[in-house]
Amino acid sequence: MTTETLLWLIPLPPVLAFFLIVIFTNRNRALSHTIGVGAAALSWLGSMIVFARALGVHELGKTPFQSTFNWFPTGAAWFKVGVLIDPLGAAVLFFVAITIFMIFLYSVGYHNYGQPAGDHDRKGLPPHGATVTDEHGHAHVVPSIEPMYSRFFAFLGLFAFGMYVLVLSDNLLTLFVGWEIMGLCSYLLIGFWYGKPSARDAAVKAFMTTRVGDVFMLLGIAYLYSATGTLSFREIFNNAGFMQALATTATPILGLSAAGLIGLLLFIGTIGKSAQWPLHIWLPDAMEGPTPVSAMIHAATMVSAGVYMVIRMFPLLSLDPRTMTVVAFIGTFTAIFAATIAVAQNDIKRVLAYSTISQLGFMIAALGIGAYVAAAFHLITHAFFKALLFLGSGSVIHGMEHGVLHVQGEHAGSPQHAGSPQHAGSPQPPQQHIDPQDMFNMGGLRKKMPITFWTFLIGGFALSGFPLVTAGFWSKDEILADAWGHGHLAVFITLAVAAFMTAFYTMRQITLTFLGEPRTKEAEHAQETPWTMTVPLMVLAFFAVTYGWVGIPDHFPGLGGLVPNWFHDFVGHTLAHVPEAPAFSWVPLLTSLGVALGGLFFGWLYYRNVKSAKEDVFQIGVLKNKWYFDEAYNFLFIKPAYWFSETFVYKWMDQWLIDGILHSFGKATQGLGAAIRKYIDVIVVNGFGDLVGYGTKDVGQGLRPMQTGRVQQYMLAALLTVIVVGAILTFFLAA
Amino acid sequence: MIPLSWYLILSAALFSIGMFGVLARKNAIAILLGIELMLNAVNINLVSFWRYNDPSRIDGQVFTVIVFAVAAAEVAVGLALIISVYRRRNTVVADEIDLMKW
Amino acid sequence: MTVLQLIFLLTAAVILGSAAMVVTAKNLVHAALWLIVTLFGAAVLFAILNAGFIAVIQVVVYIGAIAILFIFAVMLTRREMLDRGPQLNRGWPLSAVIAVIVFGGLVWLLQGWDGLTKTAPALGSGFDSLEALSKALVSPDAYVLPFEVASVLLLAALVGAVYIAFQPKGEEK
Repeated sequence: MTTETLLWLIPLPPVLAFFLIVIFTNRNRALSHTIGVGAAALSWLGSMIVFARALGVHELGKTPFQSTFNWFPTGAAWFKVGVLIDPLGAAVLFFVAITIFMIFLYSVGYHNYGQPAGDHDRKGLPPHGATVTDEHGHAHVVPSIEPMYSRFFAFLGLFAFGMYVLVLSDNLLTLFVGWEIMGLCSYLLIGFWYGKPSARDAAVKAFMTTRVGDVFMLLGIAYLYSATGTLSFREIFNNAGFMQALATTATPILGLSAAGLIGLLLFIGTIGKSAQWPLHIWLPDAMEGPTPVSAMIHAATMVSAGVYMVIRMFPLLSLDPRTMTVVAFIGTFTAIFAATIAVAQNDIKRVLAYSTISQLGFMIAALGIGAYVAAAFHLITHAFFKALLFLGSGSVIHGMEHGVLHVQGEHAGSPQHAGSPQHAGSPQPPQQHIDPQDMFNMGGLRKKMPITFWTFLIGGFALSGFPLVTAGFWSKDEILADAWGHGHLAVFITLAVAAFMTAFYTMRQITLTFLGEPRTKEAEHAQETPWTMTVPLMVLAFFAVTYGWVGIPDHFPGLGGLVPNWFHDFVGHTLAHVPEAPAFSWVPLLTSLGVALGGLFFGWLYYRNVKSAKEDVFQIGVLKNKWYFDEAYNFLFIKPAYWFSETFVYKWMDQWLIDGILHSFGKATQGLGAAIRKYIDVIVVNGFGDLVGYGTKDVGQGLRPMQTGRVQQYMLAALLTVIVVGAILTFFLAA
Repeated sequence: MIPLSWYLILSAALFSIGMFGVLARKNAIAILLGIELMLNAVNINLVSFWRYNDPSRIDGQVFTVIVFAVAAAEVAVGLALIISVYRRRNTVVADEIDLMKW
Repeated sequence: MTVLQLIFLLTAAVILGSAAMVVTAKNLVHAALWLIVTLFGAAVLFAILNAGFIAVIQVVVYIGAIAILFIFAVMLTRREMLDRGPQLNRGWPLSAVIAVIVFGGLVWLLQGWDGLTKTAPALGSGFDSLEALSKALVSPDAYVLPFEVASVLLLAALVGAVYIAFQPKGEEK
């Protein structure tokens, strides 16, 4: 089978899984998850084969695997669908395939396959737990299976399809198709538990916010198409004429060149999709979805898609320095902005959400300053360790929920509540229901959930940039080195501070969750999760450690040169001009080491003694409330939009104006009809008709007395008539 | 000699008097008397025209004879009617015989 | 003024005077008698006009039959022996006016006719219209048909009059 054929086949298993599950196997849980996981496995297999072949091609950048066909015509030209594997695509395909596969496998355990159905579970709400009675007659509450189990795998399959389409596409149109499919799936999956109002709102918020970005992106695509007549990456970038024209055509907007404007518009799509400031607001709320969704969307696939698109379009963006400056600024600002908020968050998933935003800022900043390879490198390593962290947090939450159910069961069966037997086993204990996601309710979980602990630790260290043995160190260091090496001092310092804060809040998270002693009863009764959840953790942890070693810079002291910088050579060849690795300098290396180790140390030092949120000095209001951006947007955009639609359009224009006009037509017609009836119909028409009748009668009545019955009077009348007529005839008419 | 106009004016006058009688008399028989006067006026007219236009043509006299016959018939029937009405209504005043009214 | 004219004027006066009496007499029998006078006058006129046969017919038929008939009818319909009250109905002035207008109209019409002043043509001696009249009345290419029809008319009138005025036995008058 040729590689091109294989490329076309790779996205198919997940979408087939979607249709099969939706149409046929929705009720059969085992069959659905088999189809789902099997599809992910098939696509992973295909991706690995393609990757292996891609490695074997010399100069893949110049002769990539490519195949296109015409999709639909527009006038004389055609819009095309196509697949492409160049070095960048191959590298990205690698991590996308494995993370998707791991997340599918993880979902089996996360949604409690094998557990009984819950007591009060309903579709649309998260499962509450089921009461089982063991052989001693003792009632336990155990986690129950998700009621919408099969649907989850169907949506996940559609999502995977969207991501594969995006990664494999060879033109902006196919990429946009995949982009939008993922947008839809993020809505479906964030709002998976549609019974929760917060989940519904979060789904709408995510969709709307990314939509704002997508509109501008579409404008950019349209502009690019109208300027060059094609959307294919290779056709644009390899055509020196196009690039020259785009770089030199001036546009009336902010003095940007065409390339700059297109790049900026496309970048705005990424701001939405990758949750950069100012469109970052949807990502933390998206934590309402189940954890595999968070991992999928916010680590492995969707947000990475935004960065991937910018990396793809890098040759275009780099033509205009102003656009690059905007990109760098947004990235850098987002990085530090999100990091400040993450320090004050208590929900285990929220910390990771803001951390994702921050790390994406790192990548965007790297692209803004021209560090093409560093950004791609960080994208891939981040996908691994962030997916690991999210899945790990899911595992932690699962363990905590186990504890919660255990405590509930104890309370329900305890003697104090013997008087209310009907509440035995119900998921609503009379006591306060603790949040299993709040880190301040955890603690000491390293003993209860060891596998989760060690993998989470690896992930956390990778995120912080622990030196040498974590992939995060190598990629983050390369970004800092690039910033320093090309003289972007402001970016360098800001990113360094953000890295420090990253390490700090990561260690905070690890300390509060795993170290120390359990702070609540629920934490005491936490349990390790099944193999379907811990195996993906271990696989991802492996990559989080080792992937960094394929990108060791050549000039690194000691280790450089031992292993060639395969990543730089491979991915760098995607571009027409391979970018140079920055020259080695001690400053970024030492800075990187310093902020990583320093952040980790201080995080551990401070938080090992903090017992509750009240003692935490970093619980600053402004940070906890995300710098009040949601409130600001609500005031600036949401309320005006509601006012516009509810009052202006609905009440004034639609009801008052349009309905008013229509009603006035009705009333006018009615009035006209009534008037016609009253004045014309009744008076004239009826009157005339009646007049004919009555008139005849009255005339008849009037003439009646003429007939007296007296012959002589008749004769008189006749004679008179004769005389009169004769007179008239004689005198007036006879000429 | 006598001009034709004398006869004609005479008959016109007789006719008018007869008409007055018809229109103005109360008794039904008196009305019939008036009718007789009118018929006689007609006869005078006819005969004078015969005499003055062309006496050799006898048509005028024939017409007069016919008028005689008709007048007789009419008087007979009219008086029979009046007698019959008198028997029923006990009146011969024309104004009182007014059943055929509104 | 010739004798003939004098006779004519006299006769005309008699006719018109008696006619006036016919229409104004209170007593009906008197009115009928005055009618007889008028009819006599008309007969004289016919005689002046050389229509002897017509004059005789006038006397015999009109006076002898019709006038008598009138008197009979008057007798048969009297409520009382004397007629009381006005014999003219209420609208008699209008009737008079109409009669005058009619007369005036007739005279005016006659005026426009130029044959008004012609005189009678002379007749040959021994002129007798009787034979011609009788021939005309029975001759098929003359007036036999109207003659016969007039006979039938008289028959019908006869039968009709009898029927109308018939009084079955026992019915009160």
